[in-house]
Amino acid sequence: MELQTLTFIVVGLTFALYIGIAIWARASTTSEYYVAGKGIHPIANGMATAADWMSAASFISMAGLIAFKGYDASVYLMGWTGGYVLLAMLLAPYLRKYGKFTVPEFIGDRYYSKAARIVAVICLIVASLTYVIGQMKGIGVAFSRFLEVPFEVGLFAGMSIVFVYAVLGGMKGITYTQIAQYCVLIFAYTVPAVFISLQLTGNPIPQLGLGSTMADGSGMYLLDKLDLVLTDLGFAAYTVQKGTTINMFLLTMSLMIGTAGLPHVIIRFFTVPKVKDARVSAGWALVFIAILYTTAPAIGAMARLNLMNTIQTGEIGSAEGNLAYDERPAWFTNWEKTGLLKYEDKNDDGRVQYYNDKNKAFSDKMAADAGWSGNEMVKVDRDIMVLANPEISNLPNWVIALVAAGGIAAALSTAAGLLLAIASSISHDLLKGVFRPDITEKQELTASRVAMAGAILVAGYFGLNPPGFAAQVVALAFGLAASSLFPALMMGVFVKRINRAGAIAGMLSGLGSTLVYIFWYKGWFFFPGTEMMANTPDNWILGISPEAFGAVGALINFVVAWSVSNVTEEPPEHIQHMVEDIRVPGNIGTPSGH
Amino acid sequence: MSSNKQAYWKANLRLVAGCLVVWFVVSYLFGILLVDVLNTIQIGGYKLGFWFAQQGSIYVFVGLIFFYASRMNKLDRKHDVHED
Repeated sequence: MELQTLTFIVVGLTFALYIGIAIWARASTTSEYYVAGKGIHPIANGMATAADWMSAASFISMAGLIAFKGYDASVYLMGWTGGYVLLAMLLAPYLRKYGKFTVPEFIGDRYYSKAARIVAVICLIVASLTYVIGQMKGIGVAFSRFLEVPFEVGLFAGMSIVFVYAVLGGMKGITYTQIAQYCVLIFAYTVPAVFISLQLTGNPIPQLGLGSTMADGSGMYLLDKLDLVLTDLGFAAYTVQKGTTINMFLLTMSLMIGTAGLPHVIIRFFTVPKVKDARVSAGWALVFIAILYTTAPAIGAMARLNLMNTIQTGEIGSAEGNLAYDERPAWFTNWEKTGLLKYEDKNDDGRVQYYNDKNKAFSDKMAADAGWSGNEMVKVDRDIMVLANPEISNLPNWVIALVAAGGIAAALSTAAGLLLAIASSISHDLLKGVFRPDITEKQELTASRVAMAGAILVAGYFGLNPPGFAAQVVALAFGLAASSLFPALMMGVFVKRINRAGAIAGMLSGLGSTLVYIFWYKGWFFFPGTEMMANTPDNWILGISPEAFGAVGALINFVVAWSVSNVTEEPPEHIQHMVEDIRVPGNIGTPSGH
Repeated sequence: MSSNKQAYWKANLRLVAGCLVVWFVVSYLFGILLVDVLNTIQIGGYKLGFWFAQQGSIYVFVGLIFFYASRMNKLDRKHDVHED
């Protein structure tokens, strides 16, 4: 069957499934709307959390990042999984015990301050909205590449689907849809990886294939082969470190703390029945995430090897050793059309040379020996690695159709979770909590549906007219969550002495320092030309990149909150009782003070 | 706070601290700080430091959370603070 027809059928079927689930799981109370009635089984919640967490970026971009950065990309693998350990042990069970609907609500109650709650709402909205714009863009790209419909049409289709099940079903509808979306995305991600691992190493399990010998009879280990192929062409070896150790350390830390502090992830643990379910559910979430995250390094390395071998077909420097441009494979031509792959015949020999021309010694040698005059693959976008992978390996069309549906599922599930976090903080924290405490449950439910619809429209608008900073948002979202929300939440549980003044001072100083550091190198509010210094490693303080600063911001937050709290009055007695109460799962023992 | 609750909380803190030590060792120590040393050891086609950074640390994280959850369930029952 024609690829495009097949893709329409697969994507159409998944959409019908999502809508069906939405109609079945409508929400009728605020509890169902915000936290799915607290009745989700921990394994089901783990699966939904995994879909919520793994975005278009995890699905499409991460393996590409690994393919081109090699060992250095480990920061994303460890950073985006290690955060769940912090979540399971430092936040999830206690916030579940507290038993309310939103993250700012906990901060507002714990620090007995509407101001703290509003600061938390602002952090939440900025972090979630910047994040959701990327998802909307991902949906549009997936549609336009695979279904060959205009970007706008794809975006509207995605928005309508999210609208139906998020507005109708709230957290309940979103949770059950995310379970279906997880199944689609993980199947779409692992099937091509199994095929490719089998082709290259003879081992069907990608995690083992990556550590196996090549099936080409050379007896060489795949990773050693990749190191050799890359260094032969003047690139750095795949498995060695290229960045500085301090930056790797802090970036990993920032991503971990940021992951644990992202509100759309935290609220997922409000949906399970008990405290012990919250603990084990974080474990299940990480199991389902780990299936993708341990497959990604295999896809990255194997895709890179396939790409290099496609272009450098024979001995380096020999006349026939490089791919003739006229004989390039179909996927090459397809991706050239999108502009994500670009070739320029610099030495007019009709063949493709792909090597590191920034390596001067190698570049000069090849110019003298073989007449190479520069790297001719002038653009190889990282994002195409996962999407083009099935085509590069000549996999059947249904696998390619599946990858399209998987990418869309990843983007939709994350977008829905983020939109719910935004909508509930507007209706529950701002409207019910601060401005109109007297509204009824029914009015609040309507308000949050309106807020959800509004958030979808805003996200859609930015998806169509992406602000210049779209690529920079990941640093911002994680920086905000790491430097402001995580420390406030963690100290709220573990340090009874932290009071209102300390928490607010801590959040503002963590947030402020992180924002200034990011804006200093990336421009104030990301306006081009307003940066104070060029964003290069030489200019960074101690070699710390803006993306990695969140951990420093968190440290500043901890220190300031602790110091200010200790020179001001203790928190009121009923707050201290509240903290004691959330530290234990049951209600046996001393009565709580309120 | 009753002495039972205090004992429960102390035991919880000890457990969390222990788990976070392991969490730190497998990722930051094995995966980043000591990566060059561990890379001199080869397990199949993987250099050990590289394996911890891209595979091993993630497996340990999963195991840690389940270990923590099961130990906490025991602790909840021992101190009679479980929910059901």
